[in-house]
Amino acid sequence: MCAKQETSSRADDSHASSEMTNHEIRCMAHESARIGMQTMDRFKPFGRRRFVQGLAGGALLLAQGRGRLLAASNSPSELTGPDFHLTIDELPVNYTGAARRAVAINGQVPAPLLRMRQGDVVTIRVTNNLREQTSIHWHGFILPADMDGVPGLSFNGIAPGTTFTYRFKVNQSGTYWYHSHSRFQEQVGLYGPIIVERRGGERHGADREHTLLFSDWTDHDPEHIYATLKRQSDYYNFGKRTFGDFLADVRKQGFSKAAADRRMWGGMRMNPTDLADVSAYAYTYLLNGATPATNWTGLFKPGERVRLRLINGSSMSFFDVRIPGLKLTVVATDGQDVEPVTVDELRIGTAEVYDVVVTPGDAAYTIFAQSMDRSGYARGTLAPRAGMTAEVPAMDTRALLTMNDMGMHHEGMDHSSMDMSAMPKANHAPAEYGPIVDMRTDMPNTRLDDPGVGLRDNGRRVLTYADLATLGGPIDRRAAAREVELHLTGHMERYIWSFNGQKFSDAEPLRFTHNERLRIVLVNDTMMTHPIHLHGMWSELTDMAGSFVARKHTVVVQPGQRLSYEVTADALGSWAYHCHLLYHMEAGMFREVVVA
Amino acid sequence: MKSAWLVACAIALAGRAFAQTPDQGEREHVPPDPPQTRVHEMAYHEMADMMGMDDRKRFGKVMFDRLEWRDTEPSSVEWEASAWYGGDIDKLWVETEGEHVDSADAARVEAAWNHIVSAWWSTRLGVRWDVGDEPTQGWVAFGVAGLAPGFVELEATAYVGDGGRTALRLSTEYDLLLTQQLVLQPALEINAYGEDDPERLIGAGLSDLELGLRLRYEFRREFAPYLGVNWSKRFGDSADFARAAGEDPDEICFVAGLRAWF
Repeated sequence: MCAKQETSSRADDSHASSEMTNHEIRCMAHESARIGMQTMDRFKPFGRRRFVQGLAGGALLLAQGRGRLLAASNSPSELTGPDFHLTIDELPVNYTGAARRAVAINGQVPAPLLRMRQGDVVTIRVTNNLREQTSIHWHGFILPADMDGVPGLSFNGIAPGTTFTYRFKVNQSGTYWYHSHSRFQEQVGLYGPIIVERRGGERHGADREHTLLFSDWTDHDPEHIYATLKRQSDYYNFGKRTFGDFLADVRKQGFSKAAADRRMWGGMRMNPTDLADVSAYAYTYLLNGATPATNWTGLFKPGERVRLRLINGSSMSFFDVRIPGLKLTVVATDGQDVEPVTVDELRIGTAEVYDVVVTPGDAAYTIFAQSMDRSGYARGTLAPRAGMTAEVPAMDTRALLTMNDMGMHHEGMDHSSMDMSAMPKANHAPAEYGPIVDMRTDMPNTRLDDPGVGLRDNGRRVLTYADLATLGGPIDRRAAAREVELHLTGHMERYIWSFNGQKFSDAEPLRFTHNERLRIVLVNDTMMTHPIHLHGMWSELTDMAGSFVARKHTVVVQPGQRLSYEVTADALGSWAYHCHLLYHMEAGMFREVVVA
Repeated sequence: MKSAWLVACAIALAGRAFAQTPDQGEREHVPPDPPQTRVHEMAYHEMADMMGMDDRKRFGKVMFDRLEWRDTEPSSVEWEASAWYGGDIDKLWVETEGEHVDSADAARVEAAWNHIVSAWWSTRLGVRWDVGDEPTQGWVAFGVAGLAPGFVELEATAYVGDGGRTALRLSTEYDLLLTQQLVLQPALEINAYGEDDPERLIGAGLSDLELGLRLRYEFRREFAPYLGVNWSKRFGDSADFARAAGEDPDEICFVAGLRAWF
């Protein structure tokens, strides 16, 4: 019954070489910390360089209860199905020089990689040794509603001291992840990768693979972060425009233009620098649980095709990922194989998954994942031999949101050249005119080929949703019989988030008829980028013309954007539907979906 | 290794060919079985508790906006502080402002129900007490507070007190970021009264104005010492009452203080 626990080595010996000793990690960390320092001077407040970089030498994790010292593993350890046993405990950790407590599975942050086979019935026993309730959600899995792991909707949660057994058939394949769906446990470490091996072998073959799980660790109590956002929502934003920036704009654009710009933003009481609610002021970005200074390293043999399974397991962060010197051939998103497309960089939204294939030569390469607000980065290395490092690039300058991002084409647009009647009409729910909504998008953008704020015209080929084409087409070729329009709404200053101007507590569940095919239209009436996750059913993204683009479990909607996807409601039961930014979900950007 | 590569290529090619079949997505997807168990019907609070997710949770904040020493003659201590507790829509709002000169104290204390009514404005309905060396005076207060275009904080409150006395208070402030941590804050407060109250040096009509300019450094967001100047001006009867009491109705002073919150 008990699952076999392996270290990261797989059966073939070439893979085993990816395991490095801790001594090697430490040696590299010193070197990398030195390199990293040079790039970090833009974020100086409060002398928190070490905080952003993490503690060189790796986080030492003391496995609670057993009292033995575990070094932060270089790769997440791996469990192979079909039977798994996961134990959830508190775990003392130290990523930045400050002793903290994480919530860990089998004594690990991130939780162990679960390797399953398509077609297997898996049994996962989860034992809760915490003093509070817990849960595990299998993100992106199509499974019976009572196995989905959302307390209050799927089941009653896992009470302290008890074991819950999940059992379901795995009909899909690809890269997924799992995480707690209870309060802020995901923020403090309860997340891990899942690989479901495809029956009949991978479509896009590779000689080797590494899982890259990005996350955002904080030394702060997540309850405190949430309360702080309620007290002062721009608390973590240290990239605001200053009087000096105004003077610089006056020099560049002239006084009247600079002043008009301030008047416009000020008039809306919006902040064009609002790219992330929680920044590196509170976060240390991790790659496979390693800080930038610790420098997670994945090994390869030159010339091999290496499949990288990128998972954004963070609570609040978007990452712009690139590996200078390597082209990324995107072969799957959210576990679903796509027509290969080659790019230099991709933005991975919170909870999204991308599989890319790279073909490195005989050199070291830096995996560089800047947070969207450019306050920090996660970093690792791909190298043919342990101990090698490559240059860590400087972070890009922080971008500003524009009026176009807000779906308000006030300035610099020639309206006469546009056919206004072709623009989709904004259709706001009455509650959107209430006190908990601070803006509405009247002219949303419908383009899927926009890489998003901070990635436009950066000289690199950046992936967009328009580049995706899931192989095999939609799961259901019926045309959508009806349309549900939902607006992503919020009030930044009051830190309230909602759909259609209604928080979860004030909203009725969305009701889908069993087996109907429907279209969901999302309009982002906020200035933030939201990753929207529907449990239990695929979100099949379509373009403006309604043609199938990609099958996803988490759909990123940019500020002022309108996009749509089709859903086949073939999963009976109650499901969660929410923004995957953890504090947005907690603040009300959540709906129950009932399929009956 | 070489053969593995060939196999991988073959699979990849086969996959591509396979992908041309239009209904492959349909064939690969297997709808889930219906759930064997369902959670019981529950009220919002039970569900929120079980989910560990409560968007009606209440929060609180205590803000010492100004806790300052003033270089007046003689020197004085002045404070302005507020606190709130509640949910997104309704909050209990408490506010106090006052000064301590020599051994004399005067303070305004207010408690109100703060209710958000629009995206940027809330109403405040409550009571005010003027306390200190003079006998305590009570008022009923009705005000609006919010963020005006341009990120200008604004509060306007009307008061009706014992015996039909009336008063009006307006206050506004703005944060100008010199850097991410160095903030220049102009602030203005104006008081007007319906009738004279010589004991408190209050004259009917526009009574007094305070204009301050404070430069704070946020060591942390919550902890910011500051230096500044403050100009107090009394008008009309208020000015006369002040002069009669030996006070200067037009006074500029340096201030040093602390802005802190939690």
